[in-house]
Amino acid sequence: MELREILGKRAMDEARLIEIIEEVPPDSIYYHTHSYYLRHAYIQGVFPNDFATWVALHAQDRVLGERLGVLDPFDFDDIESVRSEILTIMGDHLNHIKTVPVCTTGEPFEFVRSHVIEADLDLKVWTLREFRDGLARVDMGAVFNHVCEARLRKGRAPGDFASWIGGREGLGRETLAEDIVKVGRLGLSLEGMRGKILQLCDQALAAA
Amino acid sequence: MKALLEQYREVTPPGTVDFLRQLGRRVEGKQMLHVNSTRYGGGVAEILHRLLPLMEELGVKTRWEVLTGTDLFYRTTKSFHNALQGMPQQITRDMYDSYLQVNRDNAKSLNLEADVAMIHDPQPAPLIDARPKDAKWIWRCHIDVATPQRAVWQFLRPFVVRYDAAICSLPKFAQRLPIPQFLVYPSIDPLSDKNRELTPEEILRTVEGLGVPLDKPILLQVSRFDWFKDPVGVVEAYRMVKKSHDCRLVLAGGTATDDPEGAEVLLAVQKAAGIDPDVHLLVLPPTANLEINALQRAATIVFQKSTREGFGLTVAEALWKGKPVIGGQTGGIMVQIIPGMTGYTVNSAEGAAFYAKRLLNNPNLIATIGRQAKEYARERFLITRHLQDYLGLMVHLCR
Repeated sequence: MELREILGKRAMDEARLIEIIEEVPPDSIYYHTHSYYLRHAYIQGVFPNDFATWVALHAQDRVLGERLGVLDPFDFDDIESVRSEILTIMGDHLNHIKTVPVCTTGEPFEFVRSHVIEADLDLKVWTLREFRDGLARVDMGAVFNHVCEARLRKGRAPGDFASWIGGREGLGRETLAEDIVKVGRLGLSLEGMRGKILQLCDQALAAA
Repeated sequence: MKALLEQYREVTPPGTVDFLRQLGRRVEGKQMLHVNSTRYGGGVAEILHRLLPLMEELGVKTRWEVLTGTDLFYRTTKSFHNALQGMPQQITRDMYDSYLQVNRDNAKSLNLEADVAMIHDPQPAPLIDARPKDAKWIWRCHIDVATPQRAVWQFLRPFVVRYDAAICSLPKFAQRLPIPQFLVYPSIDPLSDKNRELTPEEILRTVEGLGVPLDKPILLQVSRFDWFKDPVGVVEAYRMVKKSHDCRLVLAGGTATDDPEGAEVLLAVQKAAGIDPDVHLLVLPPTANLEINALQRAATIVFQKSTREGFGLTVAEALWKGKPVIGGQTGGIMVQIIPGMTGYTVNSAEGAAFYAKRLLNNPNLIATIGRQAKEYARERFLITRHLQDYLGLMVHLCR
């Protein structure tokens, strides 16, 4: 589960937004670029990260919204790289416009960070078939934990699923693991990722 | 009979109950204490009555202590409440002294021993002076402190900053504090009398018992008769809708006998409504949970047209009953109403009328939004999510 901590830092314009992005803890950058995956579909916003959605909707800066919106968190192996890319995009954009866009809706950007609280689901698998069946029924929070948390906050870059499937201590299926890593880059929702991984598992099982 | 938590399995998202049991294992045996200022009446007491047995079932040894105060203390904390919500108040030295003295007295008489204590709202905040060694104390703020009266906040802040953490209901309620502030939305209990499923017969009997026939679409607002809830604006919206759509308006709420403003608002609403047999003003006692449940289930569209709102759990209640909600664009209403998905947010009586007409013209839209509203409430505003947040915070603070 995700515990949300409000940092009490607010931005009402894009210049202040950049300043705060520079100084907040990495967990806040992570929250605003990854919690999208845990949100209900009705509130996922225009773009898959909060910075893009806020500048587009509240600062009425569609161009910056689109430039930030296309940013894919699965292109990065650590949070500082994500932060750096956001700052580069925003800095470049602000250098080319004459006035700094300000919030027009009265809704400031509120910085939050998240703490993920883990609980053991008592679910162990030993084969690809068991993995496939387990993945099909676990809570979406577990998918988030093994895909997003593992990659960016725990330094297990390929993600737990690919690591176990491809690793020698796991199933040793390297090709399948590589295909699973690529699923993150497709821009899918968590449910979409789960469906795609299940499909890859089914294909591998059928071929065996 | 099923264990209490098991009763929630059918109404919560898949995996919720199992996850709560796993999370509970991480804090099993810990002692948790809640302290507030009343055992009955009000949203805090209502949710504690429901939450505590669930925490107990998960192995958290939970106690609930209630402050005992004087009349002056309660008048003072009522003034604090108003001042923190931005209404200018005159608070005398005697009032501040009474507040501190009552807290000192309670610190001696209450059992404050626990691993984690959750102190609700400003009334017991100074109990932090009596925190046992090694205990984790959390200040749970249920009210809107976005724009507090400065003098009162300056008085309270030195107590608040000594807690290990604070919880607020919306990010904009957070203040600049040197302690972590967590975001936890309040919740409704889907199995309580106010929210449990009712049979069509129960709904019919209860609503007709209140003098409201079920012969035409019902527009409903459930809330205290309070200017901030804008009941007069709701009557204006109804008048605009009524020109083209035959419907009824029900305004249901309570007004305390010691609240002169409530009586004044009710009078203004009666005047605005005039003589119209399709407008029903129902003054209900705080115990009328079943009646409110039945009215919400009988309604076609629910309004919560507040101009200022803390969280506005009546919105979650209506969403849970599968009703589209038209609400004021303020406070917690904005996290509950997703425009076009679970209802519409508006800034005027005209806006409320416009969306009410749109919905009345399209029964399929009412059904679709109602279905979405229920699923959204299921995921975000049920007591099981609230319990999960509190357990998660315990795990976080105790590790």
